[in-house]
Amino acid sequence: MPKSGAQILLECLVREGVEALFGYPGGAIIDIYDQLPNYPLKHILVRHEQGAVHMADGYARASGKVGCALVTSGPGATNAVTGIANAYLDSIPLVVITGQVPTALIGNDAFQEVDIVGITRPCTKHNFLVKDLESLPLIIRRAFHLARTGRPGPVLVDVPKDIQQKKMAFKFPSDSAVAMRSYNPTVQPNKQQLKKAVGLLLGAKRPIIYAGGGIISSNASDPLAWLARTLQIPVTCTLMGLGCFPGEDPLFLGMLGMHGTYAANMAITNSDVMLAVGARFDDRVTGKLATFAPHAKIIHVDIDPTSIRKNVRVDVPVVADCRLALEGLKEIVESRLAEKDWVAVHAPWLGQCKDWATQHPLTWKENGGIKPQYVVDAIYRLSKGQAIISTEVGQNQMWAAQFYKYNTPRTLLTSGGLGTMGFGLPAAIGAQIAFPDKLVVDVAGDGSIQMNIQELITAVCNKLPVKVVILNNGYLGMVRQWQELFYAKNYCGTCMDAQPDFVALAKAYGAVGLRATTKEEVEPVLEEAFRTPNTVIVDVRVEREENVYPMIPAGASLTEMLLV
Amino acid sequence: MRHVLSVLVENEPGVLSRISGLFSGRGFNIETLNVGPTLEEGVSVMTITTTGDDQIIEQIIKQLRKLVTVIKVVDLTELTSVELEMMLLKVHAEDAKKAEIFRLLDVFRCKIVDVGQDDIIVEATGDHDKLRALVTLLQRYGIKEMARTGAVALKRSLQLD
Ligand SMILES: Cc1ncc(C[n+]2csc(CCOP(=O)(O)OP(=O)(O)O)c2C)c(N)n1
Ligand SMILES: [Mg+2]
Repeated sequence: MPKSGAQILLECLVREGVEALFGYPGGAIIDIYDQLPNYPLKHILVRHEQGAVHMADGYARASGKVGCALVTSGPGATNAVTGIANAYLDSIPLVVITGQVPTALIGNDAFQEVDIVGITRPCTKHNFLVKDLESLPLIIRRAFHLARTGRPGPVLVDVPKDIQQKKMAFKFPSDSAVAMRSYNPTVQPNKQQLKKAVGLLLGAKRPIIYAGGGIISSNASDPLAWLARTLQIPVTCTLMGLGCFPGEDPLFLGMLGMHGTYAANMAITNSDVMLAVGARFDDRVTGKLATFAPHAKIIHVDIDPTSIRKNVRVDVPVVADCRLALEGLKEIVESRLAEKDWVAVHAPWLGQCKDWATQHPLTWKENGGIKPQYVVDAIYRLSKGQAIISTEVGQNQMWAAQFYKYNTPRTLLTSGGLGTMGFGLPAAIGAQIAFPDKLVVDVAGDGSIQMNIQELITAVCNKLPVKVVILNNGYLGMVRQWQELFYAKNYCGTCMDAQPDFVALAKAYGAVGLRATTKEEVEPVLEEAFRTPNTVIVDVRVEREENVYPMIPAGASLTEMLLV
Repeated sequence: MRHVLSVLVENEPGVLSRISGLFSGRGFNIETLNVGPTLEEGVSVMTITTTGDDQIIEQIIKQLRKLVTVIKVVDLTELTSVELEMMLLKVHAEDAKKAEIFRLLDVFRCKIVDVGQDDIIVEATGDHDKLRALVTLLQRYGIKEMARTGAVALKRSLQLD
């Protein structure tokens, strides 16, 4: 029996393993909505398309599956763009379906027409405009294939309304049809390169592993941990990498870079061999390039060849899937294990790293009101390190990265590359859809939370017990911190003391609202929030002008840290 | 340094803007860009000349390869190749100067494809340096208009080193 484009599309989604769709309807996508109830897809009706894409993104980060969002043409599509760019910069696999005006009207400035394929070309891994119904099934299959293989990323498929309506006999394209001659990511590491890498690693006196989000997307935590523990190499993570190596492991030095730990930045600077895996030497990580890891020979493993030698010189490049590369390294190391007593060999270096960590640990001064670091620490203790944490952007994000210890991958969901305020709440909702029984906490700022606050109702009406903990400082705190340190305290445009009553606002949405104004209240209030089976907002009135430390001023060297 | 890249692409709508968007978005330089069909249906070849240091050229090539519609990228600069560009020039040519100009064009083996009252249209084919020299020489007579194809190039079958 012939099927409509809408039916074919939905059937393809089901066959690709999609379980949840985050979406918002409109004229150009109504045919798909018309068919939606006939398919085993859980639809989450959002309140803004940016929310839909961030939810799909949070779902993908937490679960490792491809996230899927569905929006209409024109404003629906443009509202989705921030979410798409966010996923692009963090290499998150998404398929975003946009409705488009009928084929015959494309190019005519029709009602709610935008060239979304043109707009999203630079912020998707790839995108498609479906020009005829016959190509639709293969395009959908390829979209998922592209999103989840190689360096993952968002793929957009623009589907004109007439194609949703037209009918044809449907056959699901075979796996062999999905292959593309122009797309062949290198996943297998080159053996020679791996041997060279092991040679460097085993000859090192002060080795360090610098691990990024690629470890998480390739599920490479096990071989990473094996390598680090067997050879006694300390590990530092990027923001995107947190959780890929246990935060409580004695070999873990914490995050590196602008707000990284003293130990991590000192260890990087003094290392003689660096194994960089699934990380891209972003400017927030390296600081001033000329003084970055000046003594280190660098081994760089990444699936994306463009990441290699983009910012720093590399001695041994390895283009490969991080998991396969680390497993390959493991194999070679195993055959040479007997050469030395690695615990003894690296004991002096690890001792040095430990000294740095004790000289300047991550800490805060207990004076004045509620310290935001204390709140994150309390969230960590009360959740026993078992929560999925999403963050907004700003100081809240950095404190969440510094003071919660992430012991397993996919437990920190944060907007690393784009730094998108408003990401945390919808991402938490997406994660809660993937893991209904887990504790999911959005560590939020009072500014950021207002950027997608409308999604509170999405959480409430889907009975999602997401907890939003607002580190309420009445400021766009991170910008204020820069103004304080580098702009002579000219707090222009950053004071947000006119704000809604977040407790009343929670109630208005049908959520539970709680507040803590003294340190003594923090733990009981958090306990109550975590106990409550509802969506909860906790408004924590924190010390207003607390800063995030350590901090390396933009463009300075990793050793030029401002400390607590 | 100047590099000539031969880029095989799937001939799909938008492929040109993917490539040009890559160059503009990442601040790479395009000197010339030429697109045309190949013998294989559905595949086009773009010849792109660009400049940059080794690291930039390496990035350009890797970024091009990363585009999903790009099938193959070859840096012809590293190989012995034939590189030609065609150019049409409308040159100011009073009667008194015509003979002189014609002699010059003869040396450069150019064709005169149109003669007007006080100008001529010259067709010139050659590599980058030859065309630059020609333009420089003709400038003193006055070049009224110019249209250029940008380079096209093929790798030589015999790679002698
Ligand atoms: C959409 C967006 N707009 C602007 C910024 C710039 N920005 C970065 S952090 C920040 C302040 C965030 O304030 P808040 O959410 O209260 O967090 P705090 O730093 O106070 O913890 C701003 C405005 C951004 N990252 N994203
Ligand atoms: Mg704030």
